Amino acid sequence: MSLLLDVTGLTMRFGGLLAVDNVALRLHEKEVVSVIGPNGAGKTTVFNCLTGFYQPTSGQIVYRGEHLEGMKGHLIARKGIVRTFQHVRLFKDMTVVENLLVAQHRHLDTNFFSGLLNTKRFRKSERSALEFAKYWLDKVGLTEFANRKAGNLAYGQQRRLEIARCMVTRPEILMLDEPAAGLNPRETEDLDRLILELRDQEDVSILLIEHDMKLVMGISDRIYVVNQGCPLADGTPEQVRNNPEVIKAYLGEF
Amino acid sequence: MSKQVIVNALISAVTFLVLAGWLLGISMQAEPGGVQLVFAEPSHLHWLWGGMAAVFFGQLFLPNLFGKLRSGVSANKPSFKLPSMDRKGGNLIACFVLAGAIIWPFMVSRGSVDLATLTLIYVMLGLGLNVVVGLAGLLDLGYVGFYAVGAYSYALLAAEGWGFWTCLPIAGAMAALFGFLLGFPVLRLRGDYLAIVTLGFGEIIRLLLNNLTELTGGPNGISGIAKPTLFGLEFNRKLKDGGFDTFHNFFDISYNSQYKVIFLYLMALLLVVLTIIVINRLLRMPIGRAWEALREDEIACRSLGLSPTVVKLSAFTIGAAFAGFAGSFFAARQGFISPESFTFIESAIILAIVVLGGMGSQIGVILAAIMMTVLPELAREFNEYRMLMFGLMMVFMMIWRPQGLLPMSRPHMQLKQEA
Repeated sequence: MSLLLDVTGLTMRFGGLLAVDNVALRLHEKEVVSVIGPNGAGKTTVFNCLTGFYQPTSGQIVYRGEHLEGMKGHLIARKGIVRTFQHVRLFKDMTVVENLLVAQHRHLDTNFFSGLLNTKRFRKSERSALEFAKYWLDKVGLTEFANRKAGNLAYGQQRRLEIARCMVTRPEILMLDEPAAGLNPRETEDLDRLILELRDQEDVSILLIEHDMKLVMGISDRIYVVNQGCPLADGTPEQVRNNPEVIKAYLGEF
Repeated sequence: MSKQVIVNALISAVTFLVLAGWLLGISMQAEPGGVQLVFAEPSHLHWLWGGMAAVFFGQLFLPNLFGKLRSGVSANKPSFKLPSMDRKGGNLIACFVLAGAIIWPFMVSRGSVDLATLTLIYVMLGLGLNVVVGLAGLLDLGYVGFYAVGAYSYALLAAEGWGFWTCLPIAGAMAALFGFLLGFPVLRLRGDYLAIVTLGFGEIIRLLLNNLTELTGGPNGISGIAKPTLFGLEFNRKLKDGGFDTFHNFFDISYNSQYKVIFLYLMALLLVVLTIIVINRLLRMPIGRAWEALREDEIACRSLGLSPTVVKLSAFTIGAAFAGFAGSFFAARQGFISPESFTFIESAIILAIVVLGGMGSQIGVILAAIMMTVLPELAREFNEYRMLMFGLMMVFMMIWRPQGLLPMSRPHMQLKQEA
């Protein structure tokens, strides 16, 4: 398993507030790594730094030997690191399929004139995009809603659509920010299965922020614990579960 | 037929009555004691009732009809299908409308054709602004600036002896360039802030035109702009120096000033049809979807690898290009332009067309453009009251149909039917 993402000394300071302090993180190919910690610990800030939404104050983010710090968000996404959001961010007034087509923008024939003249090549590229969208709709079980407006889907479906929308960009690293928030137990189980499927069949590595400990402990290969911006512990689910400091700060006594 | 449909149809008919009644149903008469409001003459009332009936039955049957067409198509398609312009029903209707629009000017008065030409200019402007406001969600209050750039580009080039058809793309490109330039400073702005900056931009252009006297003639404007020709054939009574030939002479028919008006109308129609086709294609291209995605959620766009800069600039540029085309045609039609023609109120009217029509909806924008230009003309007899009515109509419109006349409908993609 080769190293995909190597983050060292990541620090993010907002004025006087030290939101993330010296966080280190490693992600290998075909691995599910979770970041856990109490609310306000800086987990989402880490995500925002990694995806270029914030420019980290200091630290290094190396993806396949390439430095990402200071790079614009959409360029990082094009390199194959995409994310979902804590609060679902779909294109609500567009249909489900259209959401998936927008996400494939990079892989489509965007030549102005070939689109204007509706050339053969353009139609072929659109058709393959639709087929690919269909593949993912089947995968997340939304095929029958393909022509619904995304905003009219149920919450759980919106979550799944957001993941599908990330996947059609053909990413290498998928970052999920609390994907199970607001899901019922059955939907969480489906999500569990979906994430493992993404890892095993689609060869993506997954970085996960989640509060649902059952989900985290069940699917993670490794876990990082963050508390008040500082790294607290890391290791396999077993190690983290039994770490007294983690229990004190976050998990609570059983 | 459900009760819902009937109620809907009734509401639409009543809305129509209220909206059109102001303009068609009553008229003013000067009497010794002052002005009195009376019911309009019967011919007007007939139109009113006819329109009401049309709206009622249209609302009653159209949804049904389209529903059937759609379900009929989706039953046996093998796979996903791209939404395309060539839906059978829609195409047929479009052909009829187009044929009607081509024949129409030969049967009505010169004034009507002239008004229709103006309407078509507004249709083009509305469709162009629709790209920026309706699709990309960038509130642009200075759209008239690009219109002015297009008009002056043509006027200045025509003075140098360039023909209309060579100038048209140049004027469009000039306006596009200005749209591109405006795009840069406003990349980080959204909503109200963007509106204010674009408003300022429109005013800057107008003030420049007013003060660059050497180039633009200042407040006096530019007059004597050459009219477009049909492959070099002019529509004047007498041939200009160095001209090729006149239309009536070439075809050996007697001179009629109506020819020119009809020619201009048909040209505007051609431009509008081209605009519609191009924008229809844009909507189905990745760039069109990216515009809409940007309107919906800029952050999500970025997280998927779309560059907001490129998407915004392309919307501004392409939207402005259409204003440039409209502007150069406007200059050619008027033969005279001055900064007076490009005041903020023009921007406001074009924006009103987009909002009234329904953001993003092309048919809606066309209908609204017709409404916004034809109704004030019909209500000329009310003099200063007509702006009051105009305002009232808009207020009622926004109360009853805030989504616009015909809100945009999403393209429908056929789903796979497992055998």
